[in-house]
Amino acid sequence: MPRPKRIRKVDNPPHFKGFSPIGTTNKNEPVVLNFEEYESIRLSDFELMGQMESSKVMNISRPTFARIYKSARRKIAQALVKGSPIVFEGGKVYFNSDWYFCKTCGCRFTHPLKDQELKYCALCKSTEIISYEESLNKDENKLTI
Amino acid sequence: MKIAITSTGNTLESKVDRRFGRCSYFVIYDTETQAIEFFPNPNKNQIEGAGPASVQVVASKGAKKVISGEFGTKIKPIFDQLQIQLIALPQENKSIKDIIDLLNHQN
Repeated sequence: MPRPKRIRKVDNPPHFKGFSPIGTTNKNEPVVLNFEEYESIRLSDFELMGQMESSKVMNISRPTFARIYKSARRKIAQALVKGSPIVFEGGKVYFNSDWYFCKTCGCRFTHPLKDQELKYCALCKSTEIISYEESLNKDENKLTI
Repeated sequence: MKIAITSTGNTLESKVDRRFGRCSYFVIYDTETQAIEFFPNPNKNQIEGAGPASVQVVASKGAKKVISGEFGTKIKPIFDQLQIQLIALPQENKSIKDIIDLLNHQN
């Protein structure tokens, strides 16, 4: 089995679901743009950041960022030329503070019930929990993902 | 509360399956009655869409937490909608028994 993809961090997910072309009658299959691809376009062409800087923001390597950005540009070109709708969907991403990390058992978990306060690790009930982002910054917590 | 764990086999000594959608077995552990149920994953050999199909299987069993090695790209938004908590384990070689012991540490 290949190494699982590193989770990409997305700061600003789009607040709408996609685009559709004006004035065409034929219904093309929509182009699915992943959130990580959207984020790469946003960082590179909207925030005008360099690849090195952008890859740090998304917590991935510079070559990986380049691959995501390339795939994003190709998908958008497909949609523009063929007049296909674009939908934003999926991708191996986490939005800010979506994942938490337990320092005792080393697991990573989500917290879907946002209205309840998060106090314990979901697995071992340890109170030593930090956000996933913090765990990446500390070498001793570094995960092999 | 019911907790789903992905497993490579149908005994307590089996390891946690690193994959979610195409794991071999699901274990449903009930924290109140201590009941443990093993059942094979019907989507094990699906070519496409095994992840979302497995989400439906787990949700239909009434699980509120899911423990696995890693989750694929399509899974998290569906689980968020169903308000099911995901737990990803970075370590390999944890058996189902280890996990249930960990869960029982809870006060």
